[in-house]
Parts: sequence; structure tokens; C-alpha cells
Amino acid sequence: MNIIGLYNYWIVVVLMLIGFFIVIAHENLIKKLVGLSIFQTSVFFLYISMGKVAGATAPILDENYQLYSNPLPHVLILTAIVVGIATTAMGLALVVRIYEAYGSIEESDIQVQDNNDRLEDYLEAYGRKNDTHLFNQDKDE
Amino acid sequence: MWLAPETLLILTILVPLFAVPGIIAANRFPNRREGVTITASIILIYLVTTLYGLVQDGTSIAIKGPALFPGLHLSFEIEPLGMLFSLVAGFLWLVTTVYAIGYMRGHHEKNQTRFYSCFAIAISSVMGISYAGNLLTLFIFYEVLTLSTYPLVTHSGTPKAKEGGRVYLGVLLSTSVLFLLLAIVATWYTAGTVEFQKGGVFPPETAPIITGTLLVLYIFGIGKAAIMPFHRWLPAAMVAPTPVSALLHAVAVVKAGVFSVLKVCVYIFGLDLLRTLPSADFMLYLAAATVLLASIVAMRQDNLKARLAYSTVSQLGYITIGALLATNAGIVGGAMHIAMHAFGKITLFFCAGAIMVAAHKTEISDMRGLGKSMPITMIAFFIGSLSIIGLPPTGGTWGKWFIMTGAFDAGKWTIMIVLMLSSLLNIAYLLPIPLRAFFSKQAYGKPVQIKEAPLPSLLALSFTALGCIFLFFYTQPLYELASAILQ
Amino acid sequence: MTAHFPILQVIIPLLAAPLCLFIRIPRIVGIFAILVSATAFFISCSLLQEVVTGGTLSYQLGGWAAPWGIEYRIDKLNGYLLLLVSGISTIVLVAAQTSISKELPENRHTFFYTAYLLCLTGLLGILATADAFNLFVFLEISALSSYTLIAIGTDRRALTASYQYLVMGTIGATFIIIGVGLMYMMTGTLNMYDLAERLPAVYESKTVLSAFGFFIVGVCLKLALFPLHLWLPNAYAYAPSITTAFLAATSTKVAVYVLIRYIFSIFGIEFVDMSLPLGDIFLFLGLTGIFVASVAAIYQLNIKRLFAYSSVAQIGYIILGLAIETELGLTATLLHLFNHALMKAAIFLAIGAVVYRIGSAQLSHYAGLGKKMPWTMAAIVAGGLSLIGVPLTVGFVSKWYLVVALLDKGWWPVAVLVLISSLIAVIYVWRVVEWIYLTPPRIITDEIKEAPMSQLIPIWILVLANIYFGVDTRLTVGVSKLAAQSLFGVN
Repeated sequence: MNIIGLYNYWIVVVLMLIGFFIVIAHENLIKKLVGLSIFQTSVFFLYISMGKVAGATAPILDENYQLYSNPLPHVLILTAIVVGIATTAMGLALVVRIYEAYGSIEESDIQVQDNNDRLEDYLEAYGRKNDTHLFNQDKDE
Repeated sequence: MWLAPETLLILTILVPLFAVPGIIAANRFPNRREGVTITASIILIYLVTTLYGLVQDGTSIAIKGPALFPGLHLSFEIEPLGMLFSLVAGFLWLVTTVYAIGYMRGHHEKNQTRFYSCFAIAISSVMGISYAGNLLTLFIFYEVLTLSTYPLVTHSGTPKAKEGGRVYLGVLLSTSVLFLLLAIVATWYTAGTVEFQKGGVFPPETAPIITGTLLVLYIFGIGKAAIMPFHRWLPAAMVAPTPVSALLHAVAVVKAGVFSVLKVCVYIFGLDLLRTLPSADFMLYLAAATVLLASIVAMRQDNLKARLAYSTVSQLGYITIGALLATNAGIVGGAMHIAMHAFGKITLFFCAGAIMVAAHKTEISDMRGLGKSMPITMIAFFIGSLSIIGLPPTGGTWGKWFIMTGAFDAGKWTIMIVLMLSSLLNIAYLLPIPLRAFFSKQAYGKPVQIKEAPLPSLLALSFTALGCIFLFFYTQPLYELASAILQ
Repeated sequence: MTAHFPILQVIIPLLAAPLCLFIRIPRIVGIFAILVSATAFFISCSLLQEVVTGGTLSYQLGGWAAPWGIEYRIDKLNGYLLLLVSGISTIVLVAAQTSISKELPENRHTFFYTAYLLCLTGLLGILATADAFNLFVFLEISALSSYTLIAIGTDRRALTASYQYLVMGTIGATFIIIGVGLMYMMTGTLNMYDLAERLPAVYESKTVLSAFGFFIVGVCLKLALFPLHLWLPNAYAYAPSITTAFLAATSTKVAVYVLIRYIFSIFGIEFVDMSLPLGDIFLFLGLTGIFVASVAAIYQLNIKRLFAYSSVAQIGYIILGLAIETELGLTATLLHLFNHALMKAAIFLAIGAVVYRIGSAQLSHYAGLGKKMPWTMAAIVAGGLSLIGVPLTVGFVSKWYLVVALLDKGWWPVAVLVLISSLIAVIYVWRVVEWIYLTPPRIITDEIKEAPMSQLIPIWILVLANIYFGVDTRLTVGVSKLAAQSLFGVN
């Protein structure tokens, strides 16, 4: 098996894992989006490199050339790039609004605030209003 | 007759249902609201008796409704057992409504509109159960009955009622979904039909292991028959207002259970197959154990309604035994006991409710000496007790007689002994109540002014008490209906 | 005109979406959106009619012949689902008119309808197209617009939920596009039916196997199969109620459609059998999902979250039907797709009506509402009974078919587990019932009235549909059976 010859796939796999790792490991919401973009980009490479035909040229008709690369994956990936941009833009817009609402873009901060909300719901549902002062003190500190 | 028999059949199911909007519309006018219920119940009685006449004349009445699944229809068919059950339930609905008017008003209950609406839906589904032509139809109305009686059980809305409601729904729904539905689907799958047929539906080559397992699933799945260990819902349902306990948890709901057991035994398995199943023996002894254990537990209850509830569990065991004996006399006895026990037990519950409304007493130990201030109630209680025990001159004698004969025919001596023992226990936990009411002194304190319950309630309970005696002397039609099941 | 129905179905909402931005006046936009969705509904009715009587329809986009151009192909399976999606969408939009006025700021109404129509476009497109890449594009259209629909509300937790959904959804979509790319590498085609013809030649190759693997994981993320469901509960719970009703009823169903289409029409059941123990995996994940999610639902304080978990459990049933790998099992799956959409749309719309009146989806605020809003509450109970599978509701029909299919396969222990799981549904539905009817009201509720007619009517249309299709099963069972037969027949 030709390992070096398939270097384009190696790049794809490495990029994909890097992107995936960032999405999972980072707490910062913007960094996660960066990871997501890298993850998507790796797929773009996969498509673009598969359209390449060895020894062929760009698919522009010319009398001097007989062999052309496959243009379809490129066209497909143009669409995918547009989708990727839309996703990133959407994600960033969400992050802006999250920052406005929570005052933070760190996942753990947000989670703490959400948990507090849920605790309040719990106390309200089961009517133990007397216990809420404990919880309010925690929040004040 | 100006209506086709089929129309009459459908009307018996629809009439109580049509009463519901009327009841809701008359929300603010209690007299009109109860008027609607009573009118509906009188129409229902008329319909049921007309149908009875037709069945006597040998008309066969069957309807095939829309198909729920390909080849599986909603279908109704009148056969003697269903006729008997619907007659009992239809008559007692009117009586209970009259009783409920006195009880609910005397007790100042809230949400009476919801009470009467749900009651009507429950009766409608009872009619559906009694005329069901296949297991699927039976199952549908069985579940509707469970759900429509839930608001009645939790009527008072107290935490205790909520708790009782949970047990009620929990046991009834889990057994029916888990065992009964599975058994029905499996029957559909193995036999290719779920129609009730004389002699059963299973092809002769069906493996005994399958039919044996299915029988266990059916008996446990019909949780309303209250075979131990799935009887807990019945005592839990006693948090309901007394008219509910009386009609639904002494007559309609529990009888729907044993009725389904009888139907499954006769029309799905067929007596010949049933006799050969080893699991039938097992279930028979489980039912016998239920009869004994429930009687023993009943003796230990001081709350009157709880004692009656356990007594019902025990009496339902009789009918299940009758069905599982798979002898002609057993089936006849089981069918007759449905009617006899209904009259007896509803009388007892009516009395319990009357005592609660008039004297505000729920515990048996407080009821000593009550006979002087409430003589009619206590006499009725005495007659009801005799019927449950099975002593002449009350109707209960016949049901027990035939079940005993069935056990004798089947050569099951243990069952006979259990039945006799249980009758002794019945005497021990029922008779002391009226006897002490008449022959003991007042429980404590100086005598308070206690009068009889409101007139409607009193009328109702006297009527059913007289019914118990009447059924002793006028058994022939009932016996003919019951024995027609086997022809 | 009718010849162009397959594309008009998708194009009309697509063109209508930007038009909304020009109209700008929220009330008119709302009515416009209803009209657009209703048009799509009528088109899908006529399409289904045509497909059932005349067989599969094929439409060449722009006149380019099939393997090169994009083909839209309507058969019984997607005809049935097109009807479901456009029908539910129309009913939900009717309720949206009043519902969003309380939940969204006035200036976002137009955007809401725009995103809604785009989402509808995406879902209808996924169903109609026969081109693997086109499907991905529509998947992203519907996904991006549903992120918007979720985040457009005023609850801040909706933002994080939407973000979470965005990340997981994008990963899922990217997996799908990897799968498509790998298949294209091996076959050189993107048309689904062309793929189905060319794939058997390369069944042995590892590339096809990994394409299949990527594909399954990606789609399962989209359809929220346990344990890939983590995005769903929060997204459903904190989104505006109308969004929840729409997405819960349609979006996961469409993802299931994609799964069915790929397994049966593209890869073929023989390939699936020899490459992956997919049946066992689905059986395991489906059952675990049913139990874990049902139990989780019991402990929820937010009623929308409660029913969101129940949705995860119901997806378990749908997947379980697939795991059986028989025609009966597939019929059960298709039936439950339809039936579950009806139940959940009814329930979430009814919850939306309560949110409209009391401004909260906390279960504790529902205490004593049974008296104040009897019709809305009755609708929630009716939907709940259907979820449990009480006879005379659609839930019973699905359950019946699922149990029959399981017995037919000989998996009776699984049938018992399915029945046990419906008892867990009883517990969580009954928690709601007890709050509604048996708990005294906590908040002063004098001004709380029954929901407005504009919401009650759509809710009750759905509730009655729940009962109607629970009794008259000719349409649902008939079409599901035909679709299942054709899926098994082709391959």
C-alpha cells in the first residue's frame, strides 16, 4: 500500500482530528467554532483532491489537452463552502448573543448560570421557599 | 319494534355517552343534571330489557364496525353472558344514581358534574365490554373504563386520594398493558383471530406451552378480576365516594374483570382445552388462595369499606374459580355469582355510605348500637351479608351452590374445602356488624341524634336488599341465561 | 402545471421566504406563510394521490437527464411524509399567529416566518430529492433555519441550546457529506438510484463500508438517536413553543426518512446485513434510549423538557422497528413516524397555548390549570394518552404493529420490554395529570382564561386526528404497508 502517495488523505485525516479535538476539548465558544471550521475544511480537501486526475489539467477545453480533472467535486464543494460560511456566521452571531445574555463565552460559566436557574425552578416546584436563602447567599458571594 | 336490534345495541353504548354533554350543560342546575342521568339510565334499562327480550326470542345480534387493523374490526355481539352482565349493570346504574343523589348532596361533595359525567362514561364502557364481539373491542372498553374511573377514585383531590389513584391506575394499567395486551397480540398472532367463538379459537395443533402461558397472561392481565398479587388497586380505590365504590368497585369494574375472565375461558380457550392445561390448575389454586387470604385480611380490617373491599377480592376469586374449573356447573355458577354478588355487595356499600352520611362513622368498632337509630339500613346490611355468605333466603345461595357443584364435578376436593372455609370466614367478618348494631350498647359517649340517611339513599338500599331476596325465589331467568352460555 | 408539482412543492416556500422580508408587516406575513404552507400541503396531497394510483413520479430538474442532472423522485414513502410535514406545518402556522406574539418581540416576527418557511423548504427538499448531495444542501438549509428558530426566543438558555445543536448538527452534516464524498469516489454518481445500481459492484471495498459508517453516525446525530440526543432536550425546551411543535413533529422524522432511504434504497438491506450488525446496534440503542429517556422524562420540572425526553424515547421505538429488519417492522416504523408527529404536535401546541396564557412551561405553574383551561388541558391529556398507547388513539396502533412485528420476528422478550416501557410513559404523563388536576393552584390565577380560539382550533384538529387515525387506520396503515413493501421489493 502506497502510504506516502496517499498523503492528501493523511492531511485530511489529521485536519479532521485536529478540528474535532478542538470542538470537544475547548471551553471557549469561539474556539469551538474555529475547530468546527477546520473540521469542515478537511472535508473540502477530501472532495477537491478526489477530483484530481493524475497528469490532467484544469477542465478548460483546449485543443492541446486530452485529459481533464473532474470539475464536479469542485462545484459541490463550492456549495459546501457556502454552507460552512453560513454555519460559522450563524455560530458567531449566537456567540455574540450568548455573551450579551450571560456575560461570558466560557462554557463552564454558562453552565453554572444555567444550573442556578434550574435550581430555582426546582425550589419553586417543590415549594421549599425557606431553603432559598442559602442558595441566594451563594449567588451573592 | 321500531328500531333494528343492531341500533338498539349501539344505543346502549351511546345513550350513557350522550348523557355526558347534557350533564355538563346542566352544570349549574343540580336537579336538571341529575334528571339527565336518571333519564339516561331509564332509557338504558328500557334498551337492555328490550334486547333481553330479543335474545330470549333467539334473535342473534351482531355488528361489525370499522376495521382498526386489516382483518380486525371493532365488533359487537350479544351472547347470554354479556346480556346478563349488561342487565345487572344497567339496572344498578339507575339505583346507584338515585342513591348518589342522596349521598353526594348529603355529603356536600364538590365537582359533582365531573362525578356524574365520568360515571356515565364508565357505564358506557361497561356496556361496550359486555357486548364486545372480540378481544380487541373488549380491551378498548376495558381501558376506557380504567381511565374514566380514575377521576372518580381521586374525586376528593386529597393526597390520600392521589395516592390511591396512583395505585389504582398503576396496577390496572400495568397488568392490562403488560399482560393482557401482550396476550391479545399473541393470540392474534398464533390463532389468526381474536373473535369470541364457541369452543375457543386456538387450532388444535397449538403447542400447550403457548396456550398455557397465554392463560396465565390473561388471568393476570385482567387485573380487574383482582387475583392476588394484583388485587391492591381495589382497596386503594376505596378512597372514592361511596356510590363509586358501590357501583364501580362492587359491580361494574370488578365484574368487568371476572366477566372478561369467563369470556376468555369460554370463548377463547374453550372448556375442553382449558381442562387439559396444567397452568389452569395452577391459576385455580392461586384463585383459591386469593379467596382464603382475602377473607382473612378482611377480618382484620376495622374500616368498613376496606373490609368490604377485601371481601370483594375474595368473592371475585369464587367467580374466577368457577371459570377455571372448566365444568358446566362452574361456568353457570360463575355467571350467576356475577349477578348475585352484585346485588349483595352493592347493598352493603350503600349501607356503608348511608352510615357515613348519617352518622359520620367509618370504623366498624364505632357502629355498635347503631341499629336503633338506623334500623332500615342495618336490616338491609343483614340481608346483604346473608347473600354474600350464601345463606337462604338470598340470591347468593345459588351462585355458590353451582360453583360448589362445579368443583365436585371436577373432583377438586381442595377447592371445595376452601370454598366452605371461606364461607365460614364470611360469616365471621360480616354478620357481627349488623348483630352488634342491634344487640350491643352504643359505642361510647351519650347517644347523639342520628337519623336514617337521606330518602333517596334509603330507597336505593332497600331496593337492592329486596332484590337479594327476590333473586332467591326468582332465579329461573338468570339460570336460563347462564346455562345458555354453554349451548 | 401538475407535472412540475415535485419541484413547486419545494420552490414555493423557498421563494416565499425572502418575500416575507419585503412584506414586513407581521400580520400579513403570518397569513402569507399560512397560504404558502397550505399550497405545499395541497400539492403534496395531489402528489400522494398520484403516486398511490399511478406509481413513482420522476422529475428532471432543468430538463437534465437523471444521473447527470438533479432528479426529484416521489414514491409512496416520501409522498406520505411530504403530506405529513406540510400538513403539520400548516396547522402549526395557524396557531403561530397568536402564539408568537407573546413569546417573541414584535420586530422578530417577520424573521420568524422567514426562517420557518426556509426550514419547511429544507425539510420538503430532503424528502423530495433523489440526489445525495442535494439532500445534504437541504439538510443544512433546514438545520441553519432551525438554529435560528430555536434562538429567536427570549429565553437565554435557548441560545446555548441552539449553539449546542449547531455544533452537533454541523458535525452530523459533515459526516454525511464525507459519506457522500466517499460514495462518489467509488461510483462517480450522486443520483440515489444510480448509486443503488452501481454500489453492488464495489460492496467489498472498505471505502464503501466507511462511507456507510460515516453516514449512519451523521444521520443518527440528526435524528437524535440515544446517545447522540444530547442537543435535543434543551433545544426543544427553551425554543419558542411554535418552534418546538414544528421541529418535534417534523425534523427528526425527516432525519429518520433519510436513514430509511439510505439503508433500503441506496445501500440495500443485503449490504447492511453483511457489513455491519446494524440490527443489533439499533436494537440495543433503541431499547436503551427508550428506557433512559423515559426515566429521565419522569424527573423533569419543565413540561417542554419532559416531552422532549419523551421524544427521544419515541425515536427509540422508531429505530426499534428498523432493527427488526422485516417488512412488518418497517411498517411499524413508518406508522410511528406519522403517529408520533401527530401526538407531539398536539402536545407542544397545547403547551404553547398555556405559555401564551401564563408565560411559563414550569410544571409547577400548571397546578390547578385543569379548571382554568379545560380544553387545552384535555388536549395535553389526550396527547399523553396517545403517547402511552391507550386504545382508540394513534399510539395504540403503532404499539400494536410494533409488538406484532416483534412477535413475528420471535423477539418476545423485546416485546415485553416495549410494553414495560409504555408503563414508564404512564408515570411521566400521570405526573403532568396530577399537577394539572389534583394540585391546588399556587399562583393567583384570576386573569387566566382558556386559550384563544385561534390556538384551540389547530390543537383540537390535531387531537381529533390522533383519535381519528387511531380508529380509521386505512390511510396510515395502507400507505405505510405499501411503502414498506416497495422498499423491500426493490432490493
